[in-house]
Amino acid sequence: MMKSKKLMAWSLATAMVLAALTACGGSGSSSTETTAAAAETTAAAETKAAETAAAETAAAETEAAETEAAAGSGSVYYLNFKPEADQAWQDLAAAYTAETGVSVKVVTAASGTYSDTLTAEMAKTEAPTIYNIGNMQGLNDWNDYALDLTGSKVYDERINDDYVLFDESGAPKALGYCYESFGIIVNKALLEQAGHSLDEIKDFESLKTVADDIHARAGELGFDAFSAPGLDGSSSWRFSGHLANIPLFYEFRDDGVTEQPATITGAYLDQFRAIWDLYITDTAANPTSLSTSTGDESEAEFGEGKAVFYQNGDWEYANLTGDKFGMNPDDLAMIPIYCGVEGEEKAGLNSGTENCWAINSQASEENIQASLDFLYWVVTSEDGTSMLAEQFSGIPFKNAKDSANVFGANAKEYASAGNYTLSWAFNYTPNVDSWRATVVTALTAYSADPTDDNWAKVVEAFVEGWAYEYNMQNG
Amino acid sequence: MKKKKRSHDGAAVNGRLVRRPIRRWFPLFILPTFCCFIIGFLWPFIQGIYLSFCDFNTPRDAVWVGFANYAKAFRDAGFVHAFWNTAGFAVVSIILINVTAFIIAYALTQRIFGANLFRTVFFMPNLIGGVVLGYIWSMIFDAILKSYNTYLTSSATYGFWGLVILVAWQQIGYMMIIYIAGFQSVPGDMLEAAKIDGATGFQTLTRVIIPNVMPSITICTFLTLTNSFKMFDQNLALTGGAPSVMMNGAKLNMTELLALNIYSTYNINKSWHGAAQAKAVVFFLLVAVLAIAQLTATRSREVQQ
Repeated sequence: MMKSKKLMAWSLATAMVLAALTACGGSGSSSTETTAAAAETTAAAETKAAETAAAETAAAETEAAETEAAAGSGSVYYLNFKPEADQAWQDLAAAYTAETGVSVKVVTAASGTYSDTLTAEMAKTEAPTIYNIGNMQGLNDWNDYALDLTGSKVYDERINDDYVLFDESGAPKALGYCYESFGIIVNKALLEQAGHSLDEIKDFESLKTVADDIHARAGELGFDAFSAPGLDGSSSWRFSGHLANIPLFYEFRDDGVTEQPATITGAYLDQFRAIWDLYITDTAANPTSLSTSTGDESEAEFGEGKAVFYQNGDWEYANLTGDKFGMNPDDLAMIPIYCGVEGEEKAGLNSGTENCWAINSQASEENIQASLDFLYWVVTSEDGTSMLAEQFSGIPFKNAKDSANVFGANAKEYASAGNYTLSWAFNYTPNVDSWRATVVTALTAYSADPTDDNWAKVVEAFVEGWAYEYNMQNG
Repeated sequence: MKKKKRSHDGAAVNGRLVRRPIRRWFPLFILPTFCCFIIGFLWPFIQGIYLSFCDFNTPRDAVWVGFANYAKAFRDAGFVHAFWNTAGFAVVSIILINVTAFIIAYALTQRIFGANLFRTVFFMPNLIGGVVLGYIWSMIFDAILKSYNTYLTSSATYGFWGLVILVAWQQIGYMMIIYIAGFQSVPGDMLEAAKIDGATGFQTLTRVIIPNVMPSITICTFLTLTNSFKMFDQNLALTGGAPSVMMNGAKLNMTELLALNIYSTYNINKSWHGAAQAKAVVFFLLVAVLAIAQLTATRSREVQQ
């Protein structure tokens, strides 16, 4: 009698421990592996209570990975980089699971937190099998975790090497799956309503003339020139990243820069200031409250027809023409960002990519194979290619479908008309998030009080910030 | 404080018959919690110390590098700046929170109308999480500052005092409860004796009440000190360290406190993971030393009842 009570007590205590451990493991912490092992050992040795615990382990694990169906050998965990494409990836993953039975888990990092999320996820036992490497700095950080893609079926589907990231030994480690273009999105219908046309806009001068005129008559027209240039974290990348590409691109072009420079000169920052002044002047937004003005607000302003110009990229196409705003594709066009650089009449859009798939080389054999199979299916199957065409404009794969994206078409038109394409020079930015934060701080202060002194701080953040971040990155 | 044995009854709560099985079986009863403690605290802590001597991207690929990370951490101007920020913040918030909480608690232990309601209301901010509070208060501050044509992250001063106000608002209620408990434990006969001896209200406060609530003061200063040093969520959500400015060739996040600095160091890139870990170890030592020193200092002034 006494003995059975003792046994019971020990069993219950063990069960409690196991239940607690399972709870920890379920959330995907690094202890999962040991937990599972412990659970198995005890399950063999112990009696009733341990069985309960084992059952609980199983239950918790099922809960933790709802998406994991009764899969084959491998499974896929895709850590998605683009929040705006999250739903499309989720749907596509579900379609793939339905077709093949292989479980595909898609997780999207919140906007602007990809590198944090990736670092955290990679430390886990169930690490992402497919993840995003944006640029050479990303490849330097993650090279040890990136599979050499040579000879894989998905790699052989690419049309050229323009969007592939190679490591120092020349091995292809990250495969660009789309290239994107950004510029100034124009609502042509509103532009005509204001008595102007797209043909008038040829360079910075003409852009400024049109924008100034619309802004002056904003009250009577019911819309303004530019949508809010918000500097909240959800919007500031459009300027500290994309708009900053303009001065960086021209500087690097003049200086023949082909790899990450330790310092920059800021030779084109006067032009940067000119276009930024235009953004914060010819808009309905209050320049002193830009720090809290979000990307959604700016998008809505343009989507609802309250602004003619909206600086963003071709990934906005689906959002603008979708159910939410329902804009007519024929009313939309994307033009280059003019800022007064010599010869800019021949400028095109800013095209490049930060979207490259990398396969986690430290994942298990089966998961690597499952991931490669999944990506091959994405770039070849009907479902996959349709989704890519809907979500992205330029797709560098043999089986790519034509995209309905008018902005992507604009980019191609500029290129075929002989205009030069602005490559994504900002991919060289050292410690990109940190560098941008400093620029945003200075830019916000300048917008609230646009004096020469405040602009000097923007220049300092730009030029000295670059040198500082370069040292931090390599220090 | 020694208690006299009151009972010789073996079956009483601290009787022999009850105590012996407890003594024999307590390892079994603490086992579940102890395992969790090892897994959730002790093991990560030891691994963290180990990693501070390593170069690593994820904990799985750590390479031993000795004290290089510590040297790197101290070369970082941002770390030193964050330390002074934190020290300043701790001083201001310890004084502000404790003085206010003490006064409110004192007021609410006098017989005033609606004291219970006020206790509840003052305590409630504590129930809201730090990140939520940070975002809510950043909206409040921005809405207020907007009418002065400025914004929260425009200067370090706004960010600093904003954080002080937020934390005071959140923690005063909690400390108030502790002080109220302290006031209620002041023996009535002592107060009465003071009254009979003709002590003024101020004398009663400084000579009778404060010595008697010293345990509460210990607890509250200890809590506010460690809370201020460990401040993270509110700092992240309210300003995230902004504004970031270049100063003498180095970048400083003006409103960044230590914990947030460690976090952002880790996120620079993989060559900084070890340095961030080293900072975290230094941070731990700092908080531990401060807290122990503070605890011994206040303990010695407590009155034994």
